[in-house]
Amino acid sequence: MRRRVVPYLLLLPGTAWLLLFFVVPLYYMAELSLNSGVVGELEFNWNWDNYSEALSLYDTQFIRSFIYAGVATVAALLLAYPLAYTIAFKAGKWRNALLFAVVAPFFTTYLIRTLAWETILFDESPVTEILDALGMAPEGHVLATSGAVIAGLTYNFLPFMILPIYASLERIDVRLIEASKDLYASAAQSFWRVTLPLSAPGVVAGTLLTFIPAVGDYVNAQFLGGVGNRMIGNVIQSLYLTQSNYPAAAALSFLLMALIMVAVFVYIRFAGSEALMGEEAV
Amino acid sequence: MRESGGARAWRWLREHAVVIAAGLVVLYLLIPIAVIFFFSFNDPQGRYNFTWQGFTLEHWGNAFGIEELTDALITSLKLAVLATVIATIVGTLMALALVRHNFFGRRLANFLIVIPMATPEVVMGAALLSFFLILGTFSLGFQTLLIAHVMFCISFVVVVVRSRLIGFDRNLEEAARDLGATSLQTFRLVTFPLILPGIFGAAMLSFALSIDDFVISNFNSGTTVTFPLYIFGAAQRGIPVEVNVIAMILFFFTVAAMGFATWQQRRAEKMASVRPEQEAGAGMPAGAPAAT
Repeated sequence: MRRRVVPYLLLLPGTAWLLLFFVVPLYYMAELSLNSGVVGELEFNWNWDNYSEALSLYDTQFIRSFIYAGVATVAALLLAYPLAYTIAFKAGKWRNALLFAVVAPFFTTYLIRTLAWETILFDESPVTEILDALGMAPEGHVLATSGAVIAGLTYNFLPFMILPIYASLERIDVRLIEASKDLYASAAQSFWRVTLPLSAPGVVAGTLLTFIPAVGDYVNAQFLGGVGNRMIGNVIQSLYLTQSNYPAAAALSFLLMALIMVAVFVYIRFAGSEALMGEEAV
Repeated sequence: MRESGGARAWRWLREHAVVIAAGLVVLYLLIPIAVIFFFSFNDPQGRYNFTWQGFTLEHWGNAFGIEELTDALITSLKLAVLATVIATIVGTLMALALVRHNFFGRRLANFLIVIPMATPEVVMGAALLSFFLILGTFSLGFQTLLIAHVMFCISFVVVVVRSRLIGFDRNLEEAARDLGATSLQTFRLVTFPLILPGIFGAAMLSFALSIDDFVISNFNSGTTVTFPLYIFGAAQRGIPVEVNVIAMILFFFTVAAMGFATWQQRRAEKMASVRPEQEAGAGMPAGAPAAT
């Protein structure tokens, strides 16, 4: 009898904290999103208009956020895979040094990393001049373009892509790859038919860990983008914190969450679910 | 038949394409850190630290000379330490329950832990702010920041400690019990020291997440200013070079802590591999009786 209570006792503090400060707040936000009126005289009256207005007023920012995050995720995947592959199979004694390089950006503050990109892409910087010479910087600017925001997003979430892919590649039984070669698969065939499918859980986890924070981000758009690059996070932030238009902001947050859930659900159905829930214990 | 020089170079490139690409990605990861480092020695003439003007050590000497910035840093450190301690304890207990016990509602508990990690920060920040505003019992400030930071750290602690527990050789615990240890003794002398590196890693991750958090703090800070919030506020009027200096100090500090964690991990692995025929007690933590 005592043993059956133990797990619940162990779970109690954490579960209570998550319920009270994560689940309950979502409920409060849902309620707030159906309010009407301004601060001080907010009234709950099932005001669904907040949602339709949010969609019609800010549809550009919504679409832009999903496009930026999508492009950044694909870019991060293309950058992450070769590095993760190298660390897992080719690094030898360099493995720990390379893993350190992957997590090193986390040791500097997120905002400062983004500001570093502002420095790198500043109008007269060498990088901007090179890009200008290549015709990739219209009118000599890189900052305040979609490219700058997407580059910032790609950079900031890249380690979240590399680490899960590395973890799943590292777990692959090398004998499977050897077997495919013994059976006369070319290097390319063995990669596409054995290595890549076996690393799929890592790719799925990595894309989710990159895409989800990227959609909601507003720091990169704030520092690296211009007025024309504002994402949905910027809108929510300014509605909440400067305009105090809470019902509209709450409705937008909920829509964002719902759209992400739908996107994730579709993606998981498509790509398999084992990666999201992590390894099942016991 | 001999290859021409060009063909050979081409073949070499093709063979090493993956490694070369990886090297470029590493460069891409590290360049901004180098930029932060070099610009901490910059001597900007105006308010903006965006172009290189000249070398100076002045800002390293004055690292803690800007009162507002130092206060923000102290607030961040306090917050991170408290949030880390609470989240690590609470999260470790949860991980123990999830790995060691089979009980009704386990899947639901797992789900509750995954879902905050799958929610964008802006939504979490906005939801918490809505909650605090409507409830009205908490005044926005240090306490609401602490609540928020513990909340988003818990899941990560659970994930890290859980993976350590899954790879745990339970024979070691059985051996302890066979040798007459009570379950509390077994936990204190065997289980806990062995999962300690995992707990330490989880604590470091919490600390890093907390000290780095901007978005959720931005929503729930009231008038309290943390280090990232200071940077955000200062960005409009020009960021002092001292911010780069402090960022680098934090960077080196974290690297040292990581080194320590790796060393701890190695020690625990050594300890787990001790067998009776080897020198008893080698690598055991101080105070633990040698297994005989």
